Amino acid sequence: MKHLFIIVTMFFSGMALAQTKYEAGMIKGLEQMKTAKSADDMQAASAFFERVGDAEKDKWLPYYYAAYANYITAWMNPKLDKDKVAEKSNDLITKADALDPNNSELFCLRQMTATLQMLVDPMSRWQTYGAQANNAIDKAIKADPNNPRSYYLKGQNLMNTPEAFGGGKAVAKKLFEKAVELYNNFKPASPFHPVWGKEETEKLLAACQ
Amino acid sequence: MLSMFILAGMAGYTQTKITGTVKDNRGHIIAGASIAVKGSYDGGVSDSTGHYSFKTFEKGAQVVVASNIGYKSFEQPVTIAADPIEIPFVLKEEVSELKAVTVTAGSFEAGDKKRAATVLSSLDVVTTGGANADITAVVKTLPGAQQVGEQEGLFVRGGAGYETKQFIDGTVVNNPFYSSVQDIAQRGRFSPFLFKGTVFSTGGYSALYGQALSSALILESVDIPERSEAQASLSPIFLGAGLQEVAKDKKSSWGAQYNYTNVAAYFALVPQKPDYFKMPQYHTADYNFRVKTKKGGIVKFYTQFNANQLGLRRPNIDDPTLKNAFSLKNTNWYNNLSWRENLGQGWKMNLGFSYSTDHNDIVNQVQNANNLPVTTGQVWIDSTNFGLTSRGDLSQFKAVFDKRLSGISVIRFGGEYQYSYNKSLYNQYNSLLTDHFKSLFSEADLYLTNDIAAKAGVRFEQSSLINKANIAPRLSLAYKTGQGGQMSIAYGIFYQKPENTYLYATRNFGYTKATHYIINYVKNTTLQTFRAEVFYKKYDDLIKTFPVYNNDGSGYAKGLEFFWRDKKTFSGLDYWISYSYLDTKRDYLNYPMRLQPNFAANHTASLVMKKFVTKINTGFNFTYSFATGRPYYFLKQNGSKYDITDQGKTISYNNLGFSMNYLKSFGKAYGVFVLSVTNVLNQDLIYGYNYTHDGSRKEAITPPAPRFIFFGLFLSWGVDRTQDAINNNL
Repeated sequence: MKHLFIIVTMFFSGMALAQTKYEAGMIKGLEQMKTAKSADDMQAASAFFERVGDAEKDKWLPYYYAAYANYITAWMNPKLDKDKVAEKSNDLITKADALDPNNSELFCLRQMTATLQMLVDPMSRWQTYGAQANNAIDKAIKADPNNPRSYYLKGQNLMNTPEAFGGGKAVAKKLFEKAVELYNNFKPASPFHPVWGKEETEKLLAACQ
Repeated sequence: MLSMFILAGMAGYTQTKITGTVKDNRGHIIAGASIAVKGSYDGGVSDSTGHYSFKTFEKGAQVVVASNIGYKSFEQPVTIAADPIEIPFVLKEEVSELKAVTVTAGSFEAGDKKRAATVLSSLDVVTTGGANADITAVVKTLPGAQQVGEQEGLFVRGGAGYETKQFIDGTVVNNPFYSSVQDIAQRGRFSPFLFKGTVFSTGGYSALYGQALSSALILESVDIPERSEAQASLSPIFLGAGLQEVAKDKKSSWGAQYNYTNVAAYFALVPQKPDYFKMPQYHTADYNFRVKTKKGGIVKFYTQFNANQLGLRRPNIDDPTLKNAFSLKNTNWYNNLSWRENLGQGWKMNLGFSYSTDHNDIVNQVQNANNLPVTTGQVWIDSTNFGLTSRGDLSQFKAVFDKRLSGISVIRFGGEYQYSYNKSLYNQYNSLLTDHFKSLFSEADLYLTNDIAAKAGVRFEQSSLINKANIAPRLSLAYKTGQGGQMSIAYGIFYQKPENTYLYATRNFGYTKATHYIINYVKNTTLQTFRAEVFYKKYDDLIKTFPVYNNDGSGYAKGLEFFWRDKKTFSGLDYWISYSYLDTKRDYLNYPMRLQPNFAANHTASLVMKKFVTKINTGFNFTYSFATGRPYYFLKQNGSKYDITDQGKTISYNNLGFSMNYLKSFGKAYGVFVLSVTNVLNQDLIYGYNYTHDGSRKEAITPPAPRFIFFGLFLSWGVDRTQDAINNNL
C-alpha cells in the first residue's frame, strides 16, 4: 500500500512535471527578466531562454524572449557593441522564425534590431537599416493587424523621424492611439505570449499631445 | 518560488557545480559565451574574465556545449556525478566575411558591404562642402588624389588624369567627364545617386580591372530603390524632373529623368573671366530599369544621353589685341546592361554589356577686337586655328564567374572584349583608329584563417591596334593584427595603351607600364577609421614624343598617406582628414630629363567636416583643401633637344568650400534647399602658367571666376506603398 502510494504520487507528479517543466522554465525566465538590474543579468535571462529553446526544440517563445532580452542589454549598457547585440538577436529571431513563420511579434523584433543598428550612425545608415526596419514593421502589421506592438513601434520610429522625412508627432500620434485601442482589447494567446508595450505607448502618446 | 520547488523536486537530487573558462584559440578571453548542459535548461554565461559557473540537476552521461556568435560551438561529453566539474573551453572563430581580414592595400571601399570599412557613401558625396555633388571632387578629398583644377580627371600618386579609369558595374566608361575645355576642369557626367558604392583604388587593384596605370574608380549602381518617387529640382542654373516607379512586389523598377542646365542668368550676375559667346548649356536625359530574377539575381539597365555646347573667347597670349574663340558641341550616349546571377552550388555570374558613343564638334578661331576671324601671318598664332570633328565609340562585353571554395575563399575568372572606334577630322586630316581589345583574367581570394588572406591574380591583355599582348600579375596579402586592425601588402603590374592622341601619329607603340608596391595599415571601428599607407610606383615605357615617338619614357612615384575619419569624438560631427606626401619624377613626352610633372604637388591635405543640426533640420558642411605649389616649365626646342628656359612653382593651393542643406516638407513633398559656395575665403587659386610661343611671357591659369555659388531646391514626392497599407488599417 505504501509502495502503491509512492508509485501513484510519483506517476502524477511526473505527469504534472512533464507539463510544467516548460511552463516553470518560462515563469522563471520572465521573472529573471523582470528582476534584471544590469545588462549582465539580462544577458543571463537571454541565455536561459536560449537554453529552454534549444531543449524544447519546437517552441518559438523561448527564442523570442531570448532575442528580446538580448536586445534590451544594448539599452541597459550603452557601451555594448550594438551591431553585435543585433546580430545575436537576429540569430535567435531566425531560430524562432523557423518554428513559427510569419509571426507578427518576430517581425516587431526585427524592426527593433534594425533600428538599433541604424542608431549607431543614423546619417549614413538610415537608408539601409532604416529601410529594413520599415520593411519589418510593415510585415508585422500585415501578419497581424491587431498586434498593438507593431503600431507602437512604428509610431516610435516616426516620432523620432524629422517631419521633413514624413515623421513627427502628428503622424506618430495616430499610430499610438491605434495601439492603445488594441492594447485595451488585447488578449495574449497564452500567459507566456508577449504583452509588453502598453505603458510605453501611453507615455509617448501623452508626449504627442 | 513554486516553480523552483517543482524544478528541484523533478530531479530530487542535489545539484552539481560546473565551472570553467572560455577562451579563443589565441588564448583571449571570450565574455558572454553561453554554456549549457545539452537538452536541459541548465547553464551559464561567461563573465568579463571569461569564467562561468552554474549548477545542474542533470546526472550521468551528458554533453556540455559552449557557444558564442562568430565562433564554432564546442561540445564536451562529461559524466556528471556529485563532485564539481571544471571544463575549460577553447572556441575556434568561424571564418566569416564580416570578421575576416580584407585586402585593403590601395583601396577605399565605400558602400555598406563591409560595414566597418565604409569610408564614403552617396550621401557623403552630396554633403561634402564645395564639391557640388561631383563624385570626382569628393574623391579628391581622399589621400592619393591631387588638387588639379585646370583639367578634369583624377591625378593619383604621380599619375596623369588618363591613368585613372572609371568603371560602372564592372565595365569601363569611355568619357566619364564632359568634353575638355582648355584650363577649365569639367564635371563628371554621372549623378552620385546612381551608385550605392564607390571604391577608389589608388593602386594594387584587382586583376578584374586593367588599362589604368594609376587608379581605378569602381562604381556600383543601386539595385531596386525602396520606394516610388517623383522628383523635381529648381535652381537659377538648372531645372530637372524625374520619376522612379517601383513595382508593388518590389521585384522590379524603372525610372527616367531629364535635366536642363543653362548658366546664362548666373554668368550675367557673376562676372566670368572668359567672354562666353555661347552660354554653356546641358541637356541630360536618362532611363533605367531593374528586374530581380527568380534565383535572386538582378538585371539592370541604364542609359543616359547628354547634349551640351559652349563658346568662349579669351585673349590670345601671343597678341593681347587678338582673341581665341573656342566653341564646343558634344553629344554623348551611354548604355550599360548588367546581369548578376546566382548559378547555385557556389557559382555566381556577372555579365556586363556597355555601349557608348561620343561626338565632338570643336572650333578654335583667332579673332580680332571686333570678333571677326583674322589671319596674322604669324605662324604661331595662325596655327592655333583649328576645326575638329570626332566620334568615339566603345562597345564591350565582360563576363566574370565566381566559384566559392571551402569557407569563404573564392576563385574568380572571366574575360572581356572591347571594340573601340575613333574617327576624327582635324582641319582636313582624316584619321581612324579601331581596336579589338581582349582580356582574360583569373583571381583567387584565399582565406587561410580569419586573420590571413591572400588575393592572387593574373591578367592577360591583347590589343589589335598596337598588336601587342601583355601578362600582368597581381598579388596582395592581408594580416589581421588585432581588433579592427590589419596590415596589407600589395604588388602588381599594370599596363595601359597609349592615348589616342599619340596613336594618331603612329601605332608603333608598346604598352606603358607601372609596377606598384604598397604597404598599408588600417584600423577600423564602427565609427572611426584610420589608415596609413606607403607606396612605391615604378613607371616604364612611358610615351616620348621627342625626338621620336616611342616608349622610352620612365619615372617613379613614392609617398606616404594618412587618413582619419571620425564620427564618434564630437557628437553629431563627422569629419575626415587626409594627408599625402608625394615624391615623383618622370621623363615623358618632350621632357628633356626626369622632372616632377606639372600635375603633382609634394604635399596635399584636406579636412572635411559635416554637422547636421537636427533642431533646425539643417546640415552644415565645410571642406578645406591644401596643396603645396606645383612646378611649371617652359620647354623650348633647341635643335635636337628641349631646354628648360623657365621654371618655377605655383603658390600653394588653399580652398575652403562650404555647403548647407536645409530640409523642409511642403505638404506631401520633401524638400532640400542647398546652398554651396567654393573658395569662400576668396583665396588666389593658380593652377599653373601658360606661355607665349617663345616663352618670353607667362600668364597664370586661374579658374573662370574665383568662386562658384550654387543655390537650388530639390523636391521629392514619395509614393510609399506601405504607408497606404498602414493608413488603411487605421
